[in-house]
Amino acid sequence: MKYLHLVWAALLRRKARTLFTLLSVLAAFLLFGLLDSVHSAFGAAAQSVAGVDRLVTVSKVSFTLSLPKSLLARIQAVPGVSEVSYANWFGGVYQDPKNFFPNEAVAANFLSLYPEWQMPEAQRRAFRETRTGAVVGASLARQFHWKIGDKIPLQATIFPQKDGGNTWTLDLVGIYHVSDRRLASQEGLLFFNWDYFDEARQFGNGNVGWYISRVADPKQADRVAQAIDALSFDSDHETKTQSEQAFNVAFVSQFADIGLIVGAIMGAVFFTLVLLTGNTMAHAVRERIPELAILKTVGFSSRSVLALVLTEAVALLLLGAAAGLVLSGLVVGAVRAKLGTAVPLSPVGLEIWLQGLALAVLVGLIVGALPALRGMRLRIVDALAGR
Amino acid sequence: MSTLVEIRNLSKVYVRGSERLEVLHHVDLDIAQGDFLALMGPSGSGKTTLLNLIGGLDSPTEGTIAVGGKHIESLGEGELARWRASNVGFVFQFYNLLPMLSARRNVELPLLLTKLSGAERRRNAAIALELVGLKDRAEHKPGELSGGQQQRVAIARAIVSDPTLLVCDEPTGDLDRQSAADVLTLLGQLNREHGKTIIMVTHDPKAAEFARHTLHLDKGTLVEGSARTATLS
Repeated sequence: MKYLHLVWAALLRRKARTLFTLLSVLAAFLLFGLLDSVHSAFGAAAQSVAGVDRLVTVSKVSFTLSLPKSLLARIQAVPGVSEVSYANWFGGVYQDPKNFFPNEAVAANFLSLYPEWQMPEAQRRAFRETRTGAVVGASLARQFHWKIGDKIPLQATIFPQKDGGNTWTLDLVGIYHVSDRRLASQEGLLFFNWDYFDEARQFGNGNVGWYISRVADPKQADRVAQAIDALSFDSDHETKTQSEQAFNVAFVSQFADIGLIVGAIMGAVFFTLVLLTGNTMAHAVRERIPELAILKTVGFSSRSVLALVLTEAVALLLLGAAAGLVLSGLVVGAVRAKLGTAVPLSPVGLEIWLQGLALAVLVGLIVGALPALRGMRLRIVDALAGR
Repeated sequence: MSTLVEIRNLSKVYVRGSERLEVLHHVDLDIAQGDFLALMGPSGSGKTTLLNLIGGLDSPTEGTIAVGGKHIESLGEGELARWRASNVGFVFQFYNLLPMLSARRNVELPLLLTKLSGAERRRNAAIALELVGLKDRAEHKPGELSGGQQQRVAIARAIVSDPTLLVCDEPTGDLDRQSAADVLTLLGQLNREHGKTIIMVTHDPKAAEFARHTLHLDKGTLVEGSARTATLS
């Protein structure tokens, strides 16, 4: 700590240069915070431990193809399956196409397979008993200021009604909460009653989008999945059954490999940052060679000088990183408040902070290494003579 | 008086590419404790090289240097740094203060290597600054001080850890006549009243008059008969 003023003095030697370097570090870590927030949101949704006992059965050809409802009883009869439900993607929009959020028609028992979605029993019962009933996640309800009893008119984009109408009017009967904030994006969904959907839709009646099965013993999930797929083997509707986690990962990667994209962007950003701050540090140390020589003259060891320069580089990166992460937290908070779950963003939490600060230390050590070695190796008499 | 610095057969050779330059040539020299010695000679005569070797900033090619009985030519880099910190104070022509630190912080620098607390460091720095007459400029940065004042801060930094030996390389070379006289008077005072042994390289005969003895170097060799009171071995 007693050397801290030396580090601080070195950073303040050229205030403008330090400020601009700090701003570039800040920008890099702002981007890091935002992208990691998106990555975490997708990762948390895909890797939720809450669904380890659930299997998802979709068409083997494509999950956009439907499956016959007749499979329901046969799946239910597979040893190890304790409960089965089904759902269909609806894809409606509310008032304006910009107001997109995931919405599905689901069987009456669908919600019982998701105990992590907390909702009063009276609302669960109302959903089962109300033909046009719908439930939504709490953050979606907040986003559109919905409350129990509201009517929600959804505009169909895929499924018109038999009478040619395109508006499906739903009665909001329940609002669920997710206590695990890593799964906060699951509060952005809307579910409505399958019976209403299947009776009123113009086509596809009697088919379902996918089945969800709960297995009695998660350790037997692979065996149960194989048994379910065996039911439709060599038919015109062969299935592919996998854990919900594996399904979610595959589903997300249909859009893009988020990890690869985030990694590629961050790689480019931090490569540029290393070059930029490395150049700054090299300049900063080069112009201070006589001062470092004086430190060695009065008794500072070569290692002390090495440590001082490295600390200076790490401090610069940590300051910029902290500012960038604070700012990314504010931006993520503002976006989540404004757009709700339409944009998948995890809060900038402890994990992202720890990753960011560790990255800052690493980059600081990398960019400080060469200047620090130069400072360590300088010969006092040469440095004082300006050689 | 006992001998503080004992130099025997000291040579220094610099190799620059294929060129071999012998700067010091078999120098023998004793410097008594409490002496104030001026080293004079033309440019390139080896004055600063000799001073750097005595101060432990450089290593000889050949020969021995004992300061207070300790042979410093055989010390490793880390040991030499520790030895410098507690035994030698340095004063340079261009002051070599850290521009972002206040006078007090500059003076405190050598004390950062000790186990003194922050309060003790501040107190010792204040005493050193008072001794050089700059107590009231302690919080000023070097850029806010005159050349003479900056050199006095450098002297305070050199004496703050109470070393036995002060090595001064052209301490008045960048100062006007009055400031130079003030600095030399201060060095004389440190020598007489505080018993510091001072070795000063200078081009200025008037500066050399403040010393007790003067030695001349020429082409890496001490010139016989140059000292008012010979300390040549």
